[in-house]
Amino acid sequence: MTESLNDPVDHLACTELVELVTAFLEGDLDPATERRVVDHISLCDGCELYVDQVRQTTDVLAGLSGGAPLSPADRDRLLAAFRDSSA
Amino acid sequence: MPPSELPPDDQLAGLLLAGDEAAFAQVVDAWSPGMVRLARVYVSTEDSAAEVVQEAWLAVVRGIATFAGRSSLRTWVYRIVANTAQRRGGREARSVPASSLGAGDGGGDAQGPTVDPARFAPPGHPHAGHWQRPPSPWPEQALLAAEVRAQVAAAVAGLPARQRVVITLRDVHGYDSDEVCSILEISAANQRVLLHRARAAVRSCLERYLADGEEAS
Repeated sequence: MTESLNDPVDHLACTELVELVTAFLEGDLDPATERRVVDHISLCDGCELYVDQVRQTTDVLAGLSGGAPLSPADRDRLLAAFRDSSA
Repeated sequence: MPPSELPPDDQLAGLLLAGDEAAFAQVVDAWSPGMVRLARVYVSTEDSAAEVVQEAWLAVVRGIATFAGRSSLRTWVYRIVANTAQRRGGREARSVPASSLGAGDGGGDAQGPTVDPARFAPPGHPHAGHWQRPPSPWPEQALLAAEVRAQVAAAVAGLPARQRVVITLRDVHGYDSDEVCSILEISAANQRVLLHRARAAVRSCLERYLADGEEAS
């Protein structure tokens, strides 16, 4: 993984990186930490894959169907209520 | 995500206030499916969720004059859904306690690592804290399969309530973090912790599912 690669002084462990993934993807990390995360990912296949799989997971989530539309009866009732309220 | 043909917020709120039924029908059609999904996080049946959405829309109709434009109209409407559903959920036997949503820490489950510590080299090991069993790549094709979506939906359904509502709003509905904080009235840090734990849990379910599939074939 990341061993023997001219480690900078405060190298992130993979255990730390996996807890920063969301903050990283959200752009919420301070610049120094973000840099360490980017450095780590560029050197560590496992973490690169982990981050990628979190992204793939969110892609699948985004493809979940959007919930059921209202039944026609419910929809009609709402429109009637709207009509009444603005009458 | 609402269809882009909806008029901008201020205009839309004006149309609703003016009693424009076509505009009302348009937002009802655009937002109701997502509202049902949000409500479903709090209540135990599809029927209850549909009733919550009815109730919430009626509250929107009654209250549109009080919409102050401090949040987007959609966020305002969704907050009404969340509050309505939460109240109703509190009355339902099988539902999540209202106290477990919207307040407190990460949901009673915010402690501990999100990835099994056994996946990493233990302390004292020369590569302590680094992957010992790194993730295996996922077959791209598999992610498009309907069963994978079903697995992911089941994984979301199995999450603690607060994680479930955050990941549903963020990753399923595509809300941004500000909107979610505003709908649920939680802090940005809290929102991120809940999202982080939820995503890690769903990824892990997906990993187990895809690994099983490999062994089976």
